[in-house]
Amino acid sequence: MNVMYFAWVRERIGIPQETVETNATTVNDLIAELRAREDRYEAAFADISALRVALDQELSDFDAPLDGVREVAFFPPMTGG
Amino acid sequence: MTVRVQADLFDAGAELNDFAKDRTDVGAVVSFTGVVRDTAGDLSEMQIEHYPGMTERAIGKIVDEAVARWDLADALVIHRHGALKPGAPIMMVATAAAHRAAAFEAAGFLMDYLKSRAPFWKKEITAQGADWVAAKDEDEDALKRW
Repeated sequence: MNVMYFAWVRERIGIPQETVETNATTVNDLIAELRAREDRYEAAFADISALRVALDQELSDFDAPLDGVREVAFFPPMTGG
Repeated sequence: MTVRVQADLFDAGAELNDFAKDRTDVGAVVSFTGVVRDTAGDLSEMQIEHYPGMTERAIGKIVDEAVARWDLADALVIHRHGALKPGAPIMMVATAAAHRAAAFEAAGFLMDYLKSRAPFWKKEITAQGADWVAAKDEDEDALKRW
């Protein structure tokens, strides 16, 4: 699946997006896999309460299933307007 | 209904003059323009990042909800991204309805939702460095009134 990062999440991880091969069943599982990879992922995902997630461009929850999802995006709370 | 997400400058006056101009059933037009504010006097620019694709979908959903809830004759949202200078317009919202209460309320609703539910992130570049603007609790709380 395509995993995207925005704002300071993108800066901490160092890339805007990547293709991730995973068998994770929920967003939380995917985060656990990413955190185990490298320090920069651990730094970005250390405080989940500071993050939001979108699945296929819809805001979602961290316990949401990834079944059929093609695009996951992680970002801080939005500051539009 | 019009939603535009763009890097280019827009002319809020011209946009407003064109908005709902051919509608004779409209008795009220309300508009809001958001401008880059130099809070501490040392802002060199504000960088606005967004999530292409999701941005247009999220704003479209918010606009559809406003139109249905307040029976709007028309609605306009323009939101910029990229590097903006202090004093530059960031975004505008306009609503047209038969009566003013609906136009004002719908504009307030759109603003509150755009603030916290449209995927934009602001970064301020000042003499001190670069800082992401943190979302405020009061902005999240503002959604509860709707």
